[in-house]
Amino acid sequence: MNQNNLATEDIELDLLLQAVNMKYGYDFRNYSKAHLRRRIHQRLKLSKLSSVSELQGKVLWEKDFYRIFLQDLSINVTEMFRDPDFYRLFREKVVPDLRTYAHIKVWLAGCSSGEEVYSLAILLKEENLLNKTQIYATDFNKNVLEKARQGIYTKRDMELFSKNYKEAGGKGDLSDYYTSKYGSVLFDKSLSKNIVFADHNLVTDGVFAEVNLVFCRNVLIYFDKVLQNKVLGLFSESLTKRGFLCLGTKESLRFSDYEKKYDIIDKKMKIYKKLPVTK
Amino acid sequence: MIKAIVMGASFGGMESVKKVITGLPSDFKIPIAVVLHIGNNNIDTYMSLLQRHSHYKVKESEEKESLKEQTVYFAPPNYHLLIEEDFTLSLSTDEKVNFSRPAIDVLFETAAWSVKDNLIGILLTGSNNDGAAGLQTIKENGGTTIVENPETAFAKTMPETAIKLSNPDYILDLQDIPAKIIEVSKMQ
Repeated sequence: MNQNNLATEDIELDLLLQAVNMKYGYDFRNYSKAHLRRRIHQRLKLSKLSSVSELQGKVLWEKDFYRIFLQDLSINVTEMFRDPDFYRLFREKVVPDLRTYAHIKVWLAGCSSGEEVYSLAILLKEENLLNKTQIYATDFNKNVLEKARQGIYTKRDMELFSKNYKEAGGKGDLSDYYTSKYGSVLFDKSLSKNIVFADHNLVTDGVFAEVNLVFCRNVLIYFDKVLQNKVLGLFSESLTKRGFLCLGTKESLRFSDYEKKYDIIDKKMKIYKKLPVTK
Repeated sequence: MIKAIVMGASFGGMESVKKVITGLPSDFKIPIAVVLHIGNNNIDTYMSLLQRHSHYKVKESEEKESLKEQTVYFAPPNYHLLIEEDFTLSLSTDEKVNFSRPAIDVLFETAAWSVKDNLIGILLTGSNNDGAAGLQTIKENGGTTIVENPETAFAKTMPETAIKLSNPDYILDLQDIPAKIIEVSKMQ
């Protein structure tokens, strides 16, 4: 593609995102452009389409194709106990506080296929906190949400997940929490009995509950600064006084509008605690 | 005018990346973004070693920071590094590409889209196929491409694949790459 075509493609991309927003109400205009362009190029190649305009036609007219496209744009790579150090520090620095609460409400935003939700549930269970915890696990993508609800994963992934679990300070064996069958594993339903899986779009939906802990790891990196600020605002509104905010290890409140509204509990693992509002 | 340099290296890359960066004269300031497959080695140790030998500020990329003069940005372990149109850096935890995260192709491809013909792409030693497709995208978007000579490279598969796929502008021995970077930067 030469430069002139590239400039044309810039126009096409803007129009496509606008079209998706107008027709379906999903607004990707403040997502990382480079990320979107990569995903869209992958789709062009896979579906043998010659231009973004051609893709736009299909997205607008073919509902099934649109569903595939939405899947393309959603973030769906995740693992259990990703960044084991984070989970170790969470046990050390957040759990003692949570213990003092009568009830714990957690919002796990952008839960994707659920690997993190089950990780958190296992951790809370081992700390004897799961019974008094309500977890809201949300994502805008209904397909991954269904997968999360089922709690079925491939056996192949368990090697990495078990290693992470051990490094994260797991108290037993990851296999204590699932049953295997035909190359798949099913996580114990006792883990998910206090989890509500719900459709929520961080870009367009508002606050839905007051929570003590917001867990949102490796979602904000896909947003531009404007959208990051907006979403951080949503988290701040949802959090109780002295509630915890956990971001991905490469995400940060630094340079955001909310930097001064939180204490840093762990700088490297990006654990924050909301300060009481001073007026 | 050259506004950014992207560089990728895999097996044997720690030494070659260091040779290229330390080979640049102290008045050379164009920002450099690097994907280095470093395996289980510690990138922090490597970066501080490089810092001791270079006039560039050496750092791990932070998401949404702007590319600045006289700075080398490394992709953090386990994240892809992308360059946005507004000359900021993004990170992603997307699928591995060429079995790698960070992947050279992801950096090269997004840099090509965003920096267009104001870009130099450099692919060094390695024993996989990462970077070849990205280098081709750089070339198609008007950027200048340099590949290390596979005959003298520590591992030749990566440069060889890139040469076959992308027909690069220059194929050079490692020690000649810094001079070519300077020459290309002065050309326009």
